[in-house]
Amino acid sequence: MNRNVKNLLGALLLAPVAVLAADYAPVTDARLKNPEPGNWLTYRGNYAGWGYSPLKQINANNAKDLTVAWSFATGLAEGHQAPPIVNNGYMFVTTPGSQVIALNAKTGDEIWRFKKELPKDLLQLHPTNRGVALYGNKVYYTTLDTFLVALDAATGKKVWESKIAEWKNGYYTTVAPLAVKGKIIVGISGGEMGIKGFVKAFDAESGNEAWAFSTVAGPGEPGGESWPADTSKNGGGGTWVTGTYDPETNLTFWGTGNPGPWPIEGRAGDNLYTTSVVAIDVDSGKLKGYHQYHWRDAWDWDEVSAPLLIDTEIGGKKVKTAVHAGRNGYLWVLERTKDKMNFLAAHKYVEQNVFTAIDAKSGRPTYDPARIPGKGPTTFCPSLWGGKDWIPEAYNPDTGLLYIPATNNLCAELLAPEEDLTYTPGGLFIGYPIPDVLGSLRVGKNAGKNIGEVQAWNLKTGKQVWNHPYKGVNWGPLLTTGGNLVFGGGTTDRMFRAFNATTGAVVWEHATPSGVTGIPTSYEIDGVQYVAVLSGWGVDAQRMQGGLDAATNTKTNVPQGGTVMVFKLRK
Amino acid sequence: MKDTHESRQATACDGHSQAPHAVEGRRRIFRLMVGLAASATARVGFAGDEAQIVVGDRLVLHTTESSPVALRVADVKPGKVVLAFPFDPTTKKIRNESRLSKILLVRGDEAKMDDETKKRAAGGVLAFSSVCTHAGCDVNAWMAKTGKLLCYCHSSQFDPYDSGKVADGPAPRPLPWLAIKLEGEELTVAGPLSAPAGAPA
Repeated sequence: MNRNVKNLLGALLLAPVAVLAADYAPVTDARLKNPEPGNWLTYRGNYAGWGYSPLKQINANNAKDLTVAWSFATGLAEGHQAPPIVNNGYMFVTTPGSQVIALNAKTGDEIWRFKKELPKDLLQLHPTNRGVALYGNKVYYTTLDTFLVALDAATGKKVWESKIAEWKNGYYTTVAPLAVKGKIIVGISGGEMGIKGFVKAFDAESGNEAWAFSTVAGPGEPGGESWPADTSKNGGGGTWVTGTYDPETNLTFWGTGNPGPWPIEGRAGDNLYTTSVVAIDVDSGKLKGYHQYHWRDAWDWDEVSAPLLIDTEIGGKKVKTAVHAGRNGYLWVLERTKDKMNFLAAHKYVEQNVFTAIDAKSGRPTYDPARIPGKGPTTFCPSLWGGKDWIPEAYNPDTGLLYIPATNNLCAELLAPEEDLTYTPGGLFIGYPIPDVLGSLRVGKNAGKNIGEVQAWNLKTGKQVWNHPYKGVNWGPLLTTGGNLVFGGGTTDRMFRAFNATTGAVVWEHATPSGVTGIPTSYEIDGVQYVAVLSGWGVDAQRMQGGLDAATNTKTNVPQGGTVMVFKLRK
Repeated sequence: MKDTHESRQATACDGHSQAPHAVEGRRRIFRLMVGLAASATARVGFAGDEAQIVVGDRLVLHTTESSPVALRVADVKPGKVVLAFPFDPTTKKIRNESRLSKILLVRGDEAKMDDETKKRAAGGVLAFSSVCTHAGCDVNAWMAKTGKLLCYCHSSQFDPYDSGKVADGPAPRPLPWLAIKLEGEELTVAGPLSAPAGAPA
C-alpha cells in the first residue's frame, strides 16, 4: 500500500479514538459511591451489588419495541460472562482468553484490544472472565494465569501487572476486581485444585500488594481450630465472584467457596471461613464479621456470590441487610453491622433435602445424615451446581423485590470417594472420580415440570411474589431497571428476555447468536437508553447441560461464539 | 512473559499486531538453536514452554520431585490412569519444566488393539500426551464403561484404541500418542509425540 494512503487511513481511523480519549472521565471514589444513572461503572452497577439501573426510558410498556442498536463479535468461543462496563462513551468487556476490548458504546466500533499472552502449557478449567474494574484513568482485570493487570483506559496500553498467585499451583483468576479508595481488590479461583483461598488488595497506582486475607483459617489463627492438623493448607475457599462494599462501615463483603477436597473424612470441624460471607475492612484487610451459611460442606456448594446490601424493613423494623441466594438452596437474610453479621432469616427457594432444621438464632443448619455423601452412593438436592451458581441476583428499590435466577428440581448422586487421593501442585484435588462427578446429575421429582426459574421475592414479607419457569436450565445473570423491567438470558434457546418487574410477564425476547450467560447492564448516551449483554455460551452452563443431557438421554447443542449485543428502542 | 497490545493503528492493516510475529520469530530461532544443539541426542521436544520428550527417556510418576524411579508395566494398573513425566535415564533429570511434557499411561486390552496400536504399546501399556487439545487440562480419567479417556474440565473424550481420536466433547483434534517400548522392564520412550502437545493458541 502507498505510504501516503496508509498514513491517511491510519489518521482517519485514529481520529475518533483521539476525540474519545480526550473525553475519558476519570473514575473517582465519589462517582463510585454515587454512580450517575447514565453510566455503569462497576460489576453490578453500584457498590451494594444490586444490578439495578435507574434509567426508565425503556419500560415495561415499550420494551416490546426493543431492537438491536449494534452488535460486535469478540472472535472468541467459550463462556462470555462479563458485564459491559460503560464510562462516558467507552465500553469495556472482557472475554475468554484474558482479553479486554474497549468499544465506542454508541457505535460498537473497537477502540483498542488488549491480549495477555498466556503460557502455552496453561490449563483452563474455566475459560472465562467476569469483567473489569475502573478507577482513575485505568482499567483493571485479572487473567487466567493469575495476574492483575492495569491498563490505560483511553489507549489500552499496559501500565503494570502484578502476580496474584502461582497458576502452576492451581490458582487462577476470572473475577472482576473491585475498586475502592485507591485499592483494587481481587479474589481467587482454584478450589478444585487444592488452593488456600484469599481476598487480596493491591495499590491502584503502583500495583503493590496492600493486604491479603486468607479465607481459610490456618493453625493458630482465629477459626484455625475448625480444621484438623494441616488440612487448611489445601482447604479451598475460593473467592471468584466480586465482593460488595458498604462505604458507611468501610467493609467489603465477599462470598467464599467450598472446602476441599470434597469428601469430609479428614476435615472434622466447621472449616472456617469456607461457604461463608466475610466482611473485611478495606483499609486494613482485617476480618470484621462473618456468617457461615453451612458448615463443613460436602456438596460442592460454593457460596461465592457476594451478598447484596439492602436497607429494608423486616417485621416493621428498619434493618441493614446482606442478602444471598445460596447455592445451598436457601435465601439468606443477614443483618450487617460495623463489626458483626447477624442471622435474620433463611427461606428455602428450590428443592432442598439436606437441611432438616435451621437454628432460629444462629442460622446454623442441621443435616440429614443420609444426605451427606462420603461413604457410598448418596443423593441430595440441589445438585453440585446448587439452587443458584455464580450468576447474580438483582434488587430493584422501586418494586422492593429481589430477583433470583434459580435452578430448581435438580439433584445429584455422588458415589464413593477416591481411595488414593494425594495433593499435587496444580493437580485436581476433588476426591471423587471425575466420571462420577460429571455424571452426578439426577432429576428431581418436579424436573419434568421445570428446571430454570426467575423468581421475585419480597424481602419485607419473606414471600415469593412471582416465578417464571423454564423447562430447561437458567444460567442468566439478571439486570433490573427503573423502567419496571428485569432482563436476563441463560436458556439454551439463546434468548435474551425482558420481564415486567412487578408481574413477571415476559414483555420481550430476542434470540442472540449463542446462549446468554453474561451480566446485562444499561447506560445512556445522548438521551438514548441502551441495554447491553454478552452472548456466549460455555464453561459451567455447558458442563451442567452435558450432565443433564446424560441424565435425561437428550442432546442439546448451544452454538458458541461471543457477541456484544446492545439494544435500544426502535424510533 | 510478553503481552501484546493492539492499537487501532496496528489492526488497520491486517487485523494482527506486529508483536506476536516478533515473538514467534524469536521463538523459531530459539527452537532452531535448541534443535541443532540437541540433534545428536535425537531430541524430539524443545525447551521453554514446549514439551520435552526424548527418545530413550524413562517415565516417572508425575508427583515425583527427585530420584526418579522408572515406571514398569506392573505400575500401570488396569482401569487406572497414570500420569508421568519423562526423565533422562543418565542424568536422572525429570523433564517437567512444562506441563506439555506430561504423559498419560493406561494398560489397554491387547485384544482390542489393531496392529498399529500394538506397535506403539509396551506390555499392553499405551501412552498419550495428558494435555487436552481443547483447553489444556489433564486428561486423567478412563471411563470403565466406554473405555474412553476423559478430560475433567469440559468432558472431551478420546479413544485410546483409535489413536486418541476425539470420541466426544469440544476437543478439536486427537490426543497425541507416544510410542513406547520396554528396555528391560522399564517403560521407555520410543519416538516423538504424534503431534504437538496442548491446546491451540
